[in-house]
Amino acid sequence: MATHTERLTATGAAATTTAERTAVRLRGLTRSFEGRAVLDGIDLDIPAGQFVALLGHSGSGKSTLLRAVAGLDHEVAGSGGLTAPQRVSVVFQDSRLLPWRRVLDNVLLGTEGEEKGRAALAEVGLKGRERAWPNELSGGEAQRAALARSLVREPELLLADEPFGALDALTRIRMHALLRELWERHRPSVLLVTHDVDEAIVLADRVLVLEHGRLGLDLAIDRPHPRSYRDPLLGEYRERLLAALGVTEDPEGAVEAGLPAGAPLGAPVGPTVGAELSRDRKGPPVTSKDHR
Amino acid sequence: MTTSVDITSATSTASTASAEHAAGTTESAAGTPVAVGAAGQVRRRRRLSPGRRLPASRLVGPLLLLALWAAASATERLDPAAVPAPWTVLETGVRLWTDGTLPTDILTSLRRAGAGFAIGLTAGIALALASGLSRAGEALIDGTVQLNRAIPTLGLIPLFILWLGIGETFKIAIIAIVVYIPIYLNTHAALAGIDTRFVELAEVQGLSRFRFIREIVVPGALPGFFVGLRLGVTGSWLGLVVLEQINATNGLGYLMFQAQNYGQSDVILVGLVVYGIFGLVSDSAVRFIERKVLSWRRTLSG
Repeated sequence: MATHTERLTATGAAATTTAERTAVRLRGLTRSFEGRAVLDGIDLDIPAGQFVALLGHSGSGKSTLLRAVAGLDHEVAGSGGLTAPQRVSVVFQDSRLLPWRRVLDNVLLGTEGEEKGRAALAEVGLKGRERAWPNELSGGEAQRAALARSLVREPELLLADEPFGALDALTRIRMHALLRELWERHRPSVLLVTHDVDEAIVLADRVLVLEHGRLGLDLAIDRPHPRSYRDPLLGEYRERLLAALGVTEDPEGAVEAGLPAGAPLGAPVGPTVGAELSRDRKGPPVTSKDHR
Repeated sequence: MTTSVDITSATSTASTASAEHAAGTTESAAGTPVAVGAAGQVRRRRRLSPGRRLPASRLVGPLLLLALWAAASATERLDPAAVPAPWTVLETGVRLWTDGTLPTDILTSLRRAGAGFAIGLTAGIALALASGLSRAGEALIDGTVQLNRAIPTLGLIPLFILWLGIGETFKIAIIAIVVYIPIYLNTHAALAGIDTRFVELAEVQGLSRFRFIREIVVPGALPGFFVGLRLGVTGSWLGLVVLEQINATNGLGYLMFQAQNYGQSDVILVGLVVYGIFGLVSDSAVRFIERKVLSWRRTLSG
């Protein structure tokens, strides 16, 4: 809570000029590997404090986009405009804790303030594990520690690259709740990269679909939190997202039948036959109602 | 569905029945009750691992050898001129120590090994860091060291005597070379093997170059460094023995070399025992430090 207020006062002057401060601004962002454009002219604005999920097939360029925003793409050819806040934290798919530092020292990597570190660990439910070694933690605990490490820096933007992809289904649900709770308390802008449609719908307020290096669907999810995986109204969003991802080739087929509203928890969008077909049928990109 | 269930249950009943039948047969044949069919009784499997370690088990072999040696000497099965009795060796050791010969020689040898080791250690670390952390350093250093490694260091002795004279300098130089090579190689390999994911993490966390080296590169390379360090320690003793026995005018090796000329096998054995103690103590010290410094790894091996 303190973080939130602090951030607001720090940027209060700027906030008065524009009603909605922009945290991330991409203009014609292009990135290519060996001459092949992985990102092909991306335009994107993420307002401060918005929780955005970025969906896409594997190889769609979503990690490339995240790495570009994080400033981690040193040797990648590219062009375009990119602005991002000063304080950016990244959560990776692996917890990436240094095995030779205790949990608390891992959380404090690159920053100071033991009390802040303890508080962050308490916030993610790891109170009492400060002195543990990373290899004594379970996968879920390690990822919690990684979240604490990203929180302690009071980020204005939190980038998460499939942060729950390596966790088991039950742990993943708990982590979803935790991430949303942390977001509500600290209100950073979030860019969550995932291939999990349900994860995107349950967590984010806005879901983007990246396909062939371009942003396709830009969908606002107007449902109150906490959201249930069984909310039938979310089924509509799911269908639109799956359609944008090319997974609704045959309405009576196995793919559609396998994904009824609310049924599968964390159903990944794998490579499907439909993905190939959607390329030919791609119409004008669907734009959501409330995002410019 | 129902059919298949019926079949399964029928089969299982049949197998149970036959098992009971078999058990009955065993019992009657053996004439004693056998707990084959007893419910809930679990017999422990035969253990195939060697089991728990005996206390001080490492000492058992050496002590046995010592006892055999003493017994053979006591019963005069050994020629005392070739292999003197353990107590003779001890007596000689005490005599050499009290008349001041042994302490002087040990000190000389330790000084040589220590100086050579210190220089080798410093050079090994410095070169590994320079070569592991910058591309220019790698281009300059790595190939050169690999070339140096290909030449057996003890083969450099004649050349070094010509260059540096037969005094202390050339001995220390040879020991330093023997020590720096394994330390360089292992540390450099460990530095090159630092997980790129950790490099990325350091960038994300905004670490300065200095803190990156201190908090990620150095701790990450420590396990490899310790492998090199142990090899270097062993190498320093090896170099010392060779150097002192072929061209020295003092030191432990010289003491042994002289004893060979006068046929004093007890003195040679005293020298060997001292070398053995040197090696054992220094290796234990390195291992102790390694365990302390790399305590985070212990959780991996239990």
